Amino acid sequence: MSEINYIDAIRKALHDAMADDPGVFLYGQDIGAFGGAFKATKGLYETFPGRVLDCPISEDAMSGLALGAAIEGMRPVIEMQFADFSTVGLNQIINNCATHFYRTGIPAPVVFRLPSGGTPGSGPFHSQSMEALYAHYPGLIVFTPATVADAYSMLREAIAIDDPVIFCEHKLLYRWLKEDSIRGDGLPWHRARVARVGKHATVVTHAAMVHEALRAADQLSEDGWEIEVVDLRCAKPLDRTTILGSLARTGRLLALGEAFPFGGVTAEVVSIAATEGFELLDAPPQRLNSRDTPIPYQPDLWRAHRPTAESIQAALRRLLAF
Amino acid sequence: MTSPDLLLKAYCTMLLARRLEEKITAIYRAGGIAGGVYVGRGQEALSAALGHSLRRGVDIFAPLIRDQAGRLAFGEDPAEGPRTYLGRATGPMRGRDGNVHRGRPSEGMPAMISHLGTMTSVVCGMLLARRMQGRETGVGATSLGDGATSTGAFHEGLNLAAVEKLPLVMVVANNQYAYSTPTSRQFVCADLVDKAVGYGIQGHTCPGNDLSECLNTIGKAVADARGGGGPQLIVAPFLRLSGHGEHDDAFYVDPALREGPLGRDCVDIAREQVLASGAADEETLATMAGEIADIVATATATAQKDPLPDPYAETWQALKTSCPA
Repeated sequence: MSEINYIDAIRKALHDAMADDPGVFLYGQDIGAFGGAFKATKGLYETFPGRVLDCPISEDAMSGLALGAAIEGMRPVIEMQFADFSTVGLNQIINNCATHFYRTGIPAPVVFRLPSGGTPGSGPFHSQSMEALYAHYPGLIVFTPATVADAYSMLREAIAIDDPVIFCEHKLLYRWLKEDSIRGDGLPWHRARVARVGKHATVVTHAAMVHEALRAADQLSEDGWEIEVVDLRCAKPLDRTTILGSLARTGRLLALGEAFPFGGVTAEVVSIAATEGFELLDAPPQRLNSRDTPIPYQPDLWRAHRPTAESIQAALRRLLAF
Repeated sequence: MTSPDLLLKAYCTMLLARRLEEKITAIYRAGGIAGGVYVGRGQEALSAALGHSLRRGVDIFAPLIRDQAGRLAFGEDPAEGPRTYLGRATGPMRGRDGNVHRGRPSEGMPAMISHLGTMTSVVCGMLLARRMQGRETGVGATSLGDGATSTGAFHEGLNLAAVEKLPLVMVVANNQYAYSTPTSRQFVCADLVDKAVGYGIQGHTCPGNDLSECLNTIGKAVADARGGGGPQLIVAPFLRLSGHGEHDDAFYVDPALREGPLGRDCVDIAREQVLASGAADEETLATMAGEIADIVATATATAQKDPLPDPYAETWQALKTSCPA
């Protein structure tokens, strides 16, 4: 079996969803014959004529169009070229798509694919992690897959779900992350995964930070520390059961994320721990996020802006020493 | 030329909208409506002409704030407005949204949100979906005001419609004020319809308070869109004969506009046109006015008797998907 990477899994999920359901179509910039800025749609334009459409640079109109198409029974998948640009469509996503089912009773099965997160040299406007922004609004489901198998299965699930799904796919994982198969463990999309079992502390994280956390856990294991890593998979709704179950085993929490520090997924995880798992904790729950500045361009600055295995390890050592 | 029958039908719709909104305003002034009331006074001719140019079940109509007449023309039950203003559980929004933010999207009438220009691309999506499904697309009509032409959503939506060659009919009600802001602070182009050239689409103008002209112009634009002519932009100047909402006395409106041709009430003009066409005489119109009063009374009384949503029975589900904890 040849290796498959994260972007291949996304492409295969799009392909298989389109093959299974004639209502699925793709709309985005440069996604047609060109195959997309990251080649997520390569070959699909030829395989599915008339269903992979290049569109003008109009994130607002793309997002409104998706809602309209969904009203008429289609299942549009919108590719934002970069997650950062989805802010131009924010109004349509949060005010029109997200409110539609509650207001009208008519569901809006729309998927917004957001190529997310930092890579070296991408700078302030091609690096952002937007999951917290969208998770704030009622009516949206937010996925943050961290594995090749999840990239496939969760995108298939996102397209099948009758509500708007913000699909945050991490650009750093696109080609770096390879697995032998896209076959996963069949975990439902709303369940977090214990990616590594431990007993001294839990790191709750998602997307590319899962891999940084696993590296930090490897490093700490050399000193005898057994770190549990929980991969949230779905940023909204959060799987409280798995988070609290892990805290019951370890008693210590580091909530880790690549996004900006104010509010966000890590804050929500700490809030769950503090309000619902207080008696499980042996130490104050901790958070580690990016720095509170725009994301810098220069690669060394960028690496110092985001959490890394080293800074995670340091945070965990402080937590373990409490 | 507009047929006398269509003139009469549209005039009847205009009058029903006017009377219905007067009744809604009365309920509001008596403290019976939370939030605001936004009426189409002055826009009934343009709105009714648009609604009557469309075919329910085939076409799409995305009304905006002052489209009570167009909604009725498109087949909206006269009780839908009162039910929504009164937050009744029986209304299309079931108390979850109110006043003009109502619709039945699965029946070709999407429910507007407050953010201006946004419904244009939603209509584009509905049309594109129908085309992809191999269905008859019908015409997709959307309505907005002079203020909305300043939004990015207007530009993105209209440009997208042009790129996708969709049968979109956009009606711009240039009622001279966006809330209190005059058009001089909204745009400086000589005529809004000139924007059509920039988008590579057909443009049309008509006096927005002249029912006969509105029916002619919109009828032609709808036919052009239906016939494959792509998006159509219609710009119709007239004066809003109310405040932005019923809380607003519109003190800022230039008296010269009120007294000029833009300020003439479309209901008066339409009445003259109906009488001149021979479609009805004074006696018939008097009978019709009585029937309209009955419809308004029944619609509002029905809505007032309808149940309110129960906060204790509300499921608070923003998603169709159920998510275990």
